[in-house]
Amino acid sequence: MSDQINDSRRNFLSKAAIAGSITLAPGVLLHQTAHAKPDDQAVSSDTRWGMLIDTNKCAKSCTGCVDACNEEFDLIGSMPKSSEAQKTQYIRKVTLVEKQTKHETSLPMLCQHCESPPCVDVCPTGASFKRVDGIVLVDKHICIGCRYCMMACPYKARSFVHEAIENQTLSAPRGKGTVESCTMCVHRVDNGDIPACVEACTADNHNAMFFGDLNDPDSEISREMKKHGGKQIRADLNLNTGVRYQGL
Amino acid sequence: MKKIEYTKIKGQSIAYYGLLAGLGFMILLGLIATWYMEHNGHYVTGMTNHIVWGMPHVFAVFLIVAASGALNVASIASVFGKKIYDPLSRLSALLAIALLAGGLVVLLLDLGRPDRLIVAITTYNFKSIFAWNIILYTGFFAIVGAYIWMMMDHNMYKFKKKVGLAAFVWRLVLTTGTGSIFGFLVARSAYDAAIMAPMFIIMSFAFGLAIFLLVLMASYNWTGRELGDAVVARLRSLLGVFVAATLFLTAIYHLTNLYISQHHGVEAFILANGGIYTNLFWIGQVFLGGLLPLALIYAPSLKTSRNTLGVASALIIIGGLCQLYVIIIGGQAYPMEIFPGYEVSNTYFGAVSQYSPSLPEIMLGLSGVAVSLLLLIFAIKVLRFLPVSLSDSFADPHASK
Amino acid sequence: MTKRFLRISLILTGLILLFPLQGMADTPLPSISLPEGEGVKCVEPVDDIRRNHMNYLLHQRDKTVYEGIRTEKHSLANCIDCHVQPNEQGVVPAHDDKEHFCNACHEYAAVQIDCFGCHADRPQKFIKRNSQPHALQQQLNEVLMAKEMGAH
Repeated sequence: MSDQINDSRRNFLSKAAIAGSITLAPGVLLHQTAHAKPDDQAVSSDTRWGMLIDTNKCAKSCTGCVDACNEEFDLIGSMPKSSEAQKTQYIRKVTLVEKQTKHETSLPMLCQHCESPPCVDVCPTGASFKRVDGIVLVDKHICIGCRYCMMACPYKARSFVHEAIENQTLSAPRGKGTVESCTMCVHRVDNGDIPACVEACTADNHNAMFFGDLNDPDSEISREMKKHGGKQIRADLNLNTGVRYQGL
Repeated sequence: MKKIEYTKIKGQSIAYYGLLAGLGFMILLGLIATWYMEHNGHYVTGMTNHIVWGMPHVFAVFLIVAASGALNVASIASVFGKKIYDPLSRLSALLAIALLAGGLVVLLLDLGRPDRLIVAITTYNFKSIFAWNIILYTGFFAIVGAYIWMMMDHNMYKFKKKVGLAAFVWRLVLTTGTGSIFGFLVARSAYDAAIMAPMFIIMSFAFGLAIFLLVLMASYNWTGRELGDAVVARLRSLLGVFVAATLFLTAIYHLTNLYISQHHGVEAFILANGGIYTNLFWIGQVFLGGLLPLALIYAPSLKTSRNTLGVASALIIIGGLCQLYVIIIGGQAYPMEIFPGYEVSNTYFGAVSQYSPSLPEIMLGLSGVAVSLLLLIFAIKVLRFLPVSLSDSFADPHASK
Repeated sequence: MTKRFLRISLILTGLILLFPLQGMADTPLPSISLPEGEGVKCVEPVDDIRRNHMNYLLHQRDKTVYEGIRTEKHSLANCIDCHVQPNEQGVVPAHDDKEHFCNACHEYAAVQIDCFGCHADRPQKFIKRNSQPHALQQQLNEVLMAKEMGAH
């Protein structure tokens, strides 16, 4: 019986997802990763998930990616007691003005999913880790809340959960006293979907964010980067980030 | 040279029990603060996603740094063979253990999940300096504990020198480790400097000796034992050298940074326009914790005054706390250089972070100090740590080689 | 002699270990309500799951977190979906209520649960979100709920 339910649910989900993405945003399918891995198959190091952000297409006033992320993980409203500086946000919009030329650039900042992440190096228990497919995560089961990773992260990508949280989503179990950050929507990626922020950016027809496999030379993201490049933020630190930017 | 006799303190006076109760009360306050912070979550503190380490870490790092410094007196005696410090070795080692325990308690109780202590001590990531430190701290307890045993057990006395050497090396590594917690943070302009480790070692010499002197003078004064000028004069000039060396390394650290244009921003912040941090640096660290104690220590007219030495030691401790506040909190408050060459609109990335320590944080920090002192006064009551007399005839400088 | 003594004491120890349940007769055993319905059964035999659920969960947890293996069978969410249901008053018990499926036994056995600091203690369909879910997600949830209602 339970298996039946599961099957019907899975069938339904995939149908609904396709239907939803077609009705909501025709562009989504274009960026959908080729095929989902079976549920019981482990992720592989043949893949390295990454993101490319074209700042020329990123509208200054748009917060589509931020809103989508906040909804996906139910971040807004889940921390009523924390101050603004204590609340969690996985992705933030920044506007940069070049000091000399006054040229303005707008871009989203999130965990850069480094190949050699400083947060992983410093974590005393190994809770901060990089999955073989390049996604940097926190294993909250063994995080002791020391916040050393937050000290070490060059991008200020991590947040500490300052109060008790209830009724979490399935996408991100998160709780008081542990550290968290952008998961590159690992729960979606494992099902063959793209991260919520990329989906929202595409749905809004800005198409400033691409998601895909950096190891696959034929993936859309790799071809785009080969053609037009993809810069790292703080490239001097030599972290080989998985999130790259154009027009910076 | 006469044989040194050690005795327990009587510890039956009202003052002793009063001190014990006072310290116990401070620890109780710290526990209440911990419960409050852990029950509610860290939103009740002044700490944020910008200032992730706050007041508890200032106290914890201070105590841990001072702990390794407190062992110095014993090291000088056993490693460098200065006999005059020999009678002080037991107290020096005890103080080291007590201070480390106090510091670690604070560090532990501020964790987001202190209930997962077992995870912290069973799951290691060996690339993490924090993980090394957990091993270094545990090892320090073991080695210094063994050192005390060698000093107290007549049969083991012959190993004293070797264990003393091991303890000395270990303490240098330990402070290097503590300094490196900050020194290895490549991303933060205030921390990314190899000089952090040696600077922390010199700081530990000064803070540890200042606390040692206060403890020594207080315990001899309150138990009516004789403390001769010869010993105090030696320690006094040693303290002066350490304070001067701390100032020197601080100067080198900032001069190096001033040479690197990438670091001009953070230097201007600490040295000139950082508000509270600038004040704490110049007034707290440099003047109160450096220049004033030096004047008190070296002024010829004050040379024999125990009170001025006590005041100087207290000032060094205050200056040390200011220094760590500037390093730990100031270093985090200054915005990280994520986009060099750009002005950043988002205050999360672009602005100086605000921090005001909350009462529970301060209570927790102070309770760490109380834990150290409580351990100390308890230990000197149950074991023989203090020489009966440190009068000049016992510790005559001419008797040393 | 010693051997015999050893054997007797071993038997005695065994017997003593058997007794606690009887000894605690005055502490009422926890009452848990099992999901109803025809053919509804747990993912493992009841004896096995009672004894080993923590191991299954621990194993699954590491598989999911580190390897991205997201099978439903031994997932905590799957347990919760069946076992946490509203009571007669229509209230879904929270993880620290006596009524909560997990807490009922854990409180009895005095074993602390470390799951619900981070994981939802009830099925997603019983959670009212503070923020509006993303349109697609909301649409999905609605249809999903309708579908499940229909199935019952």
